[in-house]
Amino acid sequence: MVRVDGEDGAETLIRVRNLDKRYQRGSEEIHVLQGLNLDVGRGEFVAFMGPSGSGKTTLLNLLGGLDVPSAGSITVDGDELTRMSAAKLTRWRARHVGFIFQMYNLLPVLTAFGNVELPLLLTRLDRAQRRRQVETALALVGLADRMDHFPRQLSGGQEQRVAIARAIVADPSFLLCDEPTGDLDRASAGEILDLLTALAREYGKTILMVTHDPRAAERADCVLHLDKGVLVEAAGEAARA
Amino acid sequence: MAIPLIYNVRSVRQRWVSAIVAVVGIAGTVAVFVAMLALASGFRATLVASGAAENAIVRRAGASSEMESLITLDQVRVIENAPGVRRDERGPLASAEAVVVAAFPLAATGTDANVQVRGTSPRAFAVRPAVRIVAGRAFEPGLAELVVGRNASRAYAGLGLGSRVRFGGGDWTVVGVFDASGSAFDSELWCDANVLNQVFQRPQNIFQSMTVRLTSADALSQFKDAVTADPRLTVQVDREVEYYEKQSRQLTRLITVLGTFIALVMGIGAVFAALNTMYSAVAQRGREIATMRALGFAGAAVVVSFLVESLLIALAGGLLGCVLVLPLNGLTTGTINWQTFSHLSFAFRVTPSLLLTGVGFSLLMGVIGGLPPALRAARLPVAAALREL
Repeated sequence: MVRVDGEDGAETLIRVRNLDKRYQRGSEEIHVLQGLNLDVGRGEFVAFMGPSGSGKTTLLNLLGGLDVPSAGSITVDGDELTRMSAAKLTRWRARHVGFIFQMYNLLPVLTAFGNVELPLLLTRLDRAQRRRQVETALALVGLADRMDHFPRQLSGGQEQRVAIARAIVADPSFLLCDEPTGDLDRASAGEILDLLTALAREYGKTILMVTHDPRAAERADCVLHLDKGVLVEAAGEAARA
Repeated sequence: MAIPLIYNVRSVRQRWVSAIVAVVGIAGTVAVFVAMLALASGFRATLVASGAAENAIVRRAGASSEMESLITLDQVRVIENAPGVRRDERGPLASAEAVVVAAFPLAATGTDANVQVRGTSPRAFAVRPAVRIVAGRAFEPGLAELVVGRNASRAYAGLGLGSRVRFGGGDWTVVGVFDASGSAFDSELWCDANVLNQVFQRPQNIFQSMTVRLTSADALSQFKDAVTADPRLTVQVDREVEYYEKQSRQLTRLITVLGTFIALVMGIGAVFAALNTMYSAVAQRGREIATMRALGFAGAAVVVSFLVESLLIALAGGLLGCVLVLPLNGLTTGTINWQTFSHLSFAFRVTPSLLLTGVGFSLLMGVIGGLPPALRAARLPVAAALREL
């Protein structure tokens, strides 16, 4: 159950308390997130919506350990992120976070296989084990036959599916999706959303997604609205099968 | 685990134009560097090859070269009978020698260059078994006959077999050509020492050095102790190979220092080309770097990855430079030997160790040109770079 009231709930995977993020731009201080509380349970699919500059991506970066908060705490599966050194945070990201970006962020010189294999290079798996996992991940996103294709040889939708395979291949604790359908046509966006929904429903993946697209948000169990750095509303509770 | 090497290889290939600029810069630098070292190496090898471990050269005490030395016939007799000197049925293997410098026109340019003319005893060929007559015959004692070193016969006009030449006030006939196995003797003319002294109107029975063949290489100290302790002699003794090695030092050092200086100046340019290539690589791939950092690759892995990429470019440049310089190997050139003021022919020696030095130099340029951009890559703000277009 997603909560934004700061009350402790059971089965919480991600717990955010009094999260503040400020930037200094010249003499001006920009308060991006203000005292934000959030609890996300395992297997939940949460969408964050809000106007540009509302702090959605900043929140995602903080949850993914790509940025550090000005105040407050983020705890994921018992790990307190704000107390980690940069090096430890890097190792933590490799183990716990799967990133899916709007522009896919595939390495253009690596094949689909090479891109998906990247997170596994940070594990102790041997070559054969890595191969098996990459093949499984690519099969799951429907691209088993495109393993040796380079990103330039794939459509946008296919590239994003490769990115999803890369995000799930190391079986992270949760997926962070930043506008995953923002660069796709309607049909491709639908396929990607089907895939994300399936990952949440069938494979129990915890997904946090930033989106501008109401159709994308509809797929989530819960839609949270960010406005001027504050989570103002929790809505769209969807029935989980 | 590190970022896969294939990422760097393919990235270099993708930006091949900019990579080639760096590769060519490094290749040129390495080629010049190795060529200069090969020049020094060839010069040194030619002089060092002139000496044999079993030979000792005797000069007047304090004389740094044969040109400054003087040894009388009386001293020659004492030296050739000293302990440690090898003997055969014809007596001691010792050659008292006089040297002069004569000008001959170079075949290539027609301009005069100094040739070292060595007056020897007839035993000179026995003292130096590496020197063999390959055409004609040896000079006859008492006659104005010359045998010409292989390089000298090629390098100078009018020194062919059977030619008659005039120098030092005498007419000489070239009766033979000798091969001295690529040593400095190959650039010399040999004749009878007494005839040489006569033609040059020098006092008879005065020589400048004496070379003896020892009973073994280990007999040097025995021989040296005997002649330096003898009150009739004021001489210094060196193993022949060390004498020639010393002769080579000055010019070898000069060429090496000059070569290194030129290479360093060129290297600065090549490093800037590598820096430019790598900085533009980092600038163009900010989002890729940030993605890898987001996936969990440490900053150190990014530094290593970009450094490896720079080293790949540098290695390609280094190898290309080595390939460019290889044709110089064995190419004969000449210079003045400042110890004897005579022209010395020698060949570039591009040795495996010089090629390795060249590759090492290229990798050093790769590190210097790659490290600052690699550090910048590792310090990119991940969150901002992820959203770069």
